[in-house]
Amino acid sequence: MFERRLSTHLDLPLLGAVLALVAIGVVMIYSATGGASREYWTQIYAVVIGLGVMVACLAVDYRSLVDKAHWLYLALALALLAVLVFGAVRGGSRRWLDLGTFNLQPSEFAKAGLALILAKLLGDVRRAELSTQDLLLAAALTAGPLVLIARQPDLGTAVTLLPVLGAAVFAAGLPLRYLGIAALIAIVSAPVAWVFALEDYQKSRIVTFLDPEQDARGAGYQQIQARITVGSGGVLGKGFMGGTQGQLRFLPVAHNDFIFSVLAEEQGFVGVIVALGLYFFVIIRSLDAARLSKDRMGAYLVLGVLASFTFQVIYNITMSAGLAPVKGLTLPLLSYGGSSMIATLAGFGLILSVRMRRFTN
Amino acid sequence: MRIGSMGVQDDRRRLHARIAALRVIISIAFVLLLGGFWFFQVFQHAKFKEMAENNHQRTLPLRAPRGVIFDRHGEVMVENRASFNISIMREHTRDLDRTVRLLSAVTGVNPGEMRDTVARHRREPSYRPIVVVQDATLAQVAAVTARRLDFELPDVVVQQVPTRRYPAQSLGAHLLGYVGEASEQQIVDDRVATGTVLGQSGLERTYNQVLMGEDGARRVVVNSVGREMRTLDEAPPVEGHRVQLTIDAAMQRAAEEGFKKTGYWGSAVVLDPRSGDVLTLVSLPAYDPNAFAAGIDRAAWAALNTDELRPLQNRAIQGRYSPGSTFKVVIATAALEEGVITPETKVFCAGGATFYGRFFQCLGHHGWMDVRHALEKSCNTFFYTVGNQLGVDKIHAWSDRLGLASKSGVDLPNEVESIIPSTAWKLQRTGERWYPGETISVAIGQGQVSVTPMAMAVMMASVAQGARVVPRLVKATSTGGPWEPVPVTRPASAVTLAPATVSAVHDGLWMAVNGAGTAVRAKIAGRDVAGKTGTAQVISLQGRQRARGNGKDLRDHGWFVFMVPKDNPELAGVIFAEHSEHGYLAAPIARHIIETYYARKEGRPLPTMPVVPGTPGATPAPADRPAATAVDGAVLAARSVPPPRVAADPR
Repeated sequence: MFERRLSTHLDLPLLGAVLALVAIGVVMIYSATGGASREYWTQIYAVVIGLGVMVACLAVDYRSLVDKAHWLYLALALALLAVLVFGAVRGGSRRWLDLGTFNLQPSEFAKAGLALILAKLLGDVRRAELSTQDLLLAAALTAGPLVLIARQPDLGTAVTLLPVLGAAVFAAGLPLRYLGIAALIAIVSAPVAWVFALEDYQKSRIVTFLDPEQDARGAGYQQIQARITVGSGGVLGKGFMGGTQGQLRFLPVAHNDFIFSVLAEEQGFVGVIVALGLYFFVIIRSLDAARLSKDRMGAYLVLGVLASFTFQVIYNITMSAGLAPVKGLTLPLLSYGGSSMIATLAGFGLILSVRMRRFTN
Repeated sequence: MRIGSMGVQDDRRRLHARIAALRVIISIAFVLLLGGFWFFQVFQHAKFKEMAENNHQRTLPLRAPRGVIFDRHGEVMVENRASFNISIMREHTRDLDRTVRLLSAVTGVNPGEMRDTVARHRREPSYRPIVVVQDATLAQVAAVTARRLDFELPDVVVQQVPTRRYPAQSLGAHLLGYVGEASEQQIVDDRVATGTVLGQSGLERTYNQVLMGEDGARRVVVNSVGREMRTLDEAPPVEGHRVQLTIDAAMQRAAEEGFKKTGYWGSAVVLDPRSGDVLTLVSLPAYDPNAFAAGIDRAAWAALNTDELRPLQNRAIQGRYSPGSTFKVVIATAALEEGVITPETKVFCAGGATFYGRFFQCLGHHGWMDVRHALEKSCNTFFYTVGNQLGVDKIHAWSDRLGLASKSGVDLPNEVESIIPSTAWKLQRTGERWYPGETISVAIGQGQVSVTPMAMAVMMASVAQGARVVPRLVKATSTGGPWEPVPVTRPASAVTLAPATVSAVHDGLWMAVNGAGTAVRAKIAGRDVAGKTGTAQVISLQGRQRARGNGKDLRDHGWFVFMVPKDNPELAGVIFAEHSEHGYLAAPIARHIIETYYARKEGRPLPTMPVVPGTPGATPAPADRPAATAVDGAVLAARSVPPPRVAADPR
């Protein structure tokens, strides 16, 4: 199945950029956790497994995967239900399935799974514009895992499913008036959500974001510390393992949510340019894969996978600079996290697969 | 394919357009992000760099140990010990109320007091730690350290600081003084930081600059929970200079033991007349300066201040008393030096004499007296007569030359001036002229003569040496290397006594101790002790009648001034025993000091003080002893009406 001539169409620059980011991530985790820590080795194992899954995703024709997407979707839904019932609790959230040697976080795989099912659904649409029925179906397919993940509770990851839906329907021909309606709904629902839907800690995060100095010791602390971390890095940075903010734990979960802050502190603005450049290249190059896709389902699949990735990258980096409310949203490819690494690399396996097979039938 | 090629074409064009739109949006997002990072990392870098340093760098003061104080033979009189201070670092505090609540519970300190302490320092910069528990117990230190490790109290630090230790407790307390945190005024005057420990009294105060040393600092890196990770740099503290006193600790101890054994409060000052070295300086009752070393608590401070015995007063330099008959030494010296008398001049004593129409009494019928015998017998008539011939202004002038009429100049703070009246002094003070009759009382140390024990000691040393002596307490200082001697202070106006004067006065004082005088209790075989007793009236006889029963101790004070040996004296000094009624009861204390001096000098074991019969220390004193009527020397001041005859022999 993995034909020799196919590999000649493999997008090596994209693969190279992805691997470069993974390498940067591993190095920064080494620094942020103070050496060859447990997290460092876990990340390396995750990368190895992730690369294996990536190769598997490349090897299988994405079209047959999309074809069986409903089974994958069903399996995911069951896994998410299992999390709610049997999941391991950490830090007040039930997000992990304890599989003995390692813990699996099914919500990370929900993004790719949703991208696949939406590609299948929308790829079959043969109308010039998406009908309301199509939209409602797509929304329902998204809402299922979203609600299950939000119940863990893990609002951050749940929200990353929305870009998958948005990108897929946008590419598949969402009438532009719907965009206007969506914007209107968002504006109207914000106060309602404020009063009824958001928990106090979520509200305080938003309030603090608007004025971090107001609560410099409390909720605004992390945001101010993030700015100090980034700003004190300067142009050239404080050097590998030379950061004070991350190393002395003024910045919480430095190896995880704030890995980019650590990079900015230790490698400076130069390091930030390199990392941002790599992410930008990966995203733009992946958009090309969507554009070049032989069929629409391939394009939707690429865009779906890419959408959650791009959303997380932009949001996390903005947060890393203290410019967005602090949310437990990791930076794909860089942050510590096994499931995230495996799921992200699998996603890029799909993207690479679509581009590689652009000439095949 | 059901859809025509046009449909597919349109479809693909729309997809491409929408992907292009996404590309633009994403590009804008990345440019904004890059701009954000540029703004923080390049444009505002300096500000955030400083904030990061404030985050993780902390400067800890390292308190310099104050200089160690030795006696003249190298015995340690003041040293330092390590104590622990518990402080709040407010820059790492998130909730000050919570910290105070928790810390007071952990240390057992009253939360109200701790809140007050914190409130007092509230205006200081937050990087400066507020010391809330000084000299913490090991239990408190352990409790706080455990909470720190649990991250419960990340903003609390335990610091080891050198603290003053006075190994002999209250020995020489007034001499050594005590230390304490700089007051608001001292912070301004001495230009020191809040919380600086300064000498507050005694030598600690006078030589504060020498003793204080220079505080160091340590810059450390701390993590987000306030734990020290490593030291960046350290400026070690510089210990204060070592100081060698002129004090002989053994003699100091002997003097205080003497007071204890006799049961008196009072003062003793012993000088080496050859150098002005103060060998002993006692003021009793005393306090334990250790109580001040780590901050005295309010109750103890209030108790010391309200105690009627005034333990904080340094009687040697702050207590002023009537010198009584000991003043006759000054009159004798002045009269001989002024040529009013020669050593052979004789005055007839018939139990008193009449001056300016009033009879002034003597305690005996001494017959013909020269100056030597007059000193021996403490004959009032002789001194009334020569005092009258001298006049008050010459008495004042000679008192001044002998160091008795002003401050002695000893290197201790807050010394008061001794008062010897003069015509000018009275005119200035009361606007009235001096009546010659007043001089008669002055001649026997009554009236408005009021002197400190230190001034008396300086007078005795000057008479012993035949030249004015300036007392000094510090012999040498050292920065750790060899001792650098402090030069002997020369008096502002040098005065030298004629050898004939010196010889006559010394003889008279020797006879008072070794002959038929009042001070035989100070006699030491083979030591040629010379001395003179005196009694300081606390209150006049009528005053005594009026004040009877008000609970105040109105018994007279006893003096004993001395020098030893008679020729070329090595010691000169004064014992002042409060309410001892008789100067001769103070003499055994001097005797014990002198014996200790010689034992030390000759390498013999130090003597022990015997019980002195007739002193409160010998028998437990009855609660209400009748006021004594027998006094040494004169009974009356000029202001008194003619007194009843007093029969008792002063011995």
